Amino acid sequence: MTTQDVIQLLVFFALLIGLTPVLGNYMFKVFTGKKHFMMPVLGWLERLTYKFIGVKPDEETNWKSYTFGLLMFNLIGFIFVFLLQMLQAYLPMNPAHLSNVSWHSAFNTASSFVTNTNWQGYAGETTLSYLVQMIGLAVQNFVSAATGVAVLIALVRGISRKTTDKIGNFWVDLTRSTLYVLLPLSILLAIALVGQGAIQNFKHFETVQTIQGAQQVIPMGPVASQEAIKQLGTNGGGFLNANDAHPFESPTPFSNLLVMFALLIIPAALTFTYGKMVGSTRQGWAIFSAMMILLLAGLSISLYAEYSSNPIFGHLHLMEGKETRFGITNSVLFSVITTDVSCGAVNCMHDSLTPLSGMVAMINMMLGEVIFGGVGAGLYGMVIFIILTVFIAGLMVGRTPEYLGKKINAFEVKMAIIAMLAPNLVILLFAAWASASTVGLSSLNNAGPHGLSEILYAFSSAAGNNGSAFAGLNANTVFYNLTLGFGMLVGRFGVIIPVLAIAGSMAEKKITPMSGGTFRTDNSLFIVLLIGVILIVGGLTHFPALSLGPIVEHYLMNMGITF
Amino acid sequence: MKTFIIALKIFLFFTILTGIIYPLIVTGIAQLVFPGKANGSFIVKDNVTIGSELIGQQFDSIIYFSSRPSAIGYNPLPSGGSNFGLTNAKLKHSVDSLTKHFIAFNQLDINTKVPSEMVFASASGLDPHISSEAAMLQVNRIAKARNFNEIQKQELIQCVKTFTEGPQFLILGQERVNVLLLNIKIDKIK
Repeated sequence: MTTQDVIQLLVFFALLIGLTPVLGNYMFKVFTGKKHFMMPVLGWLERLTYKFIGVKPDEETNWKSYTFGLLMFNLIGFIFVFLLQMLQAYLPMNPAHLSNVSWHSAFNTASSFVTNTNWQGYAGETTLSYLVQMIGLAVQNFVSAATGVAVLIALVRGISRKTTDKIGNFWVDLTRSTLYVLLPLSILLAIALVGQGAIQNFKHFETVQTIQGAQQVIPMGPVASQEAIKQLGTNGGGFLNANDAHPFESPTPFSNLLVMFALLIIPAALTFTYGKMVGSTRQGWAIFSAMMILLLAGLSISLYAEYSSNPIFGHLHLMEGKETRFGITNSVLFSVITTDVSCGAVNCMHDSLTPLSGMVAMINMMLGEVIFGGVGAGLYGMVIFIILTVFIAGLMVGRTPEYLGKKINAFEVKMAIIAMLAPNLVILLFAAWASASTVGLSSLNNAGPHGLSEILYAFSSAAGNNGSAFAGLNANTVFYNLTLGFGMLVGRFGVIIPVLAIAGSMAEKKITPMSGGTFRTDNSLFIVLLIGVILIVGGLTHFPALSLGPIVEHYLMNMGITF
Repeated sequence: MKTFIIALKIFLFFTILTGIIYPLIVTGIAQLVFPGKANGSFIVKDNVTIGSELIGQQFDSIIYFSSRPSAIGYNPLPSGGSNFGLTNAKLKHSVDSLTKHFIAFNQLDINTKVPSEMVFASASGLDPHISSEAAMLQVNRIAKARNFNEIQKQELIQCVKTFTEGPQFLILGQERVNVLLLNIKIDKIK
């Protein structure tokens, strides 16, 4: 690593930490209905939305109605995206005349985009028409992210309110996060990306006559608009197959910095919003710190692994699957943050990362996507870990566990356990099935322990709603499309429903005033405990599988063994 | 049922707003402010589109600077990398043979350190860049193949230097040379 690499990292994290309170404070105003500077600009659109759908914005509901609305909305989105793909050949805006998508791939992609995963078993430029990308996928990029934020905001209300059964209005939360947060930021980012060279048009594919006399057909499309929301909404599904490695998605180092910043800033800022909403920004910063420590730990391991030499390639820089303009540091940083945040966009091919950096990416997902995590989803996942930490700490000292004045009882702990087990079950059971069946093994691109890593990565990505891949795995088969599609739905709604149940039950409780004996959740002791719980739960669950995949591969690589 | 109607209506509303109006607004602004970039940064020569500034092309001719290895042979439908893990024997084999080829093709000393981007395939398969170091190693071979005299050869070296972009804003990314732009330029050396 050079000094310049270090400066880039410092600039990136300084920007992130500096702008977290700015955006966090703005989102606090948006979600609590306070006046903010975008209200005069877009307030009419918000009012128009409520009028059109026939909802009174101040009418709140209990957790069950909230959940029901959310599920209904997502179901409609699922059916719509599924049908669009099945019928794209008959629909307009398909200049490349792409045929209808197979039912299993359509199921997988619909699950993927509704759950904010954006796993892609298909290659964008050769599979989906402009119409499907725009009104199918890009819409889900917005609303699945907005759904995540809504769940988080409902949970915070549950925590900060007392003796009520109301946790908010799903339609209002959905509308506000789309209109005031995602939409304006996406427009700004998309324009900035076009300024760097990202494309944005509706033209036919362009055939060029290359200098050496060959023909090259270059895909076109509304790339920048999709690129912007797929980063900001932590979706990650690229318009083009190579995602952010494609020069039309991210043409320059500056566009790379912008998209990396875009994928982290909302999840980071939400920790500040959270602190404001529960009445103590220290609580938010404590969570931010725990997340940042885990992020930096992963980044250090990854950088170390990528800059180490090994007997197979000697002192060559490991540029396989990496772009010249980004270099190793920017590729590694991207791989770490895109898996911390459940974004899943990539600017290098994760399959070709060193075993240890590939493992860091996997662990980031296996820990439940709580290191900043998806928009909204990361933080509500983190609150689940906080509940467990408080519970365990309570057991140790023999007191009823409390969090922010709310007693944690059996119900909350049960729900937290369900939310934690759901994604982990998906990873372990399906990965075991895939690695023990011919149909699972026949999709592998690499032999030896790296093959197991490809399978483990796929199901971790699906269950964590990440969407990145060890893309050598041919996942566009009936087996993988169905298992991964199902895994994504479980990983999403198997967490959302228990979280909203916790929100409902917390809202009904009284708030116990702080006393000398209250277990603090905003100091460094708590941060250490929280990180400990996250690592122990994730570590115990996945260490055995990881030791057979990336860990053994690391040692074999250092002995110079290939497969 | 009431919930279903609301869900359907808001879904329709957001589909129009974020699925149609949003991309149209972005396209409108993009086409107005950055028309060349929004349309793919294409290079037109004598009414023929000969490439995009951003999309790498296959260069393996003796008279051109070679581009990076590409897992897709620079065919962008679809883009992508090799996805070989580092313990994959095929990767090891490919790196070894590309290293030998680079040294032989450019008539370099057998112990030359070949820049790593010339033996590893890129992520997109369309990487338009190589390092200036990799370009410099190819200068002698190209000058010889084109029967350049010493003045023309100096011009060739000058081209590589002019087309070397430093890190963006001095700190971002890596130093690099756009192979397509460079090769178009050297065709003009008289």
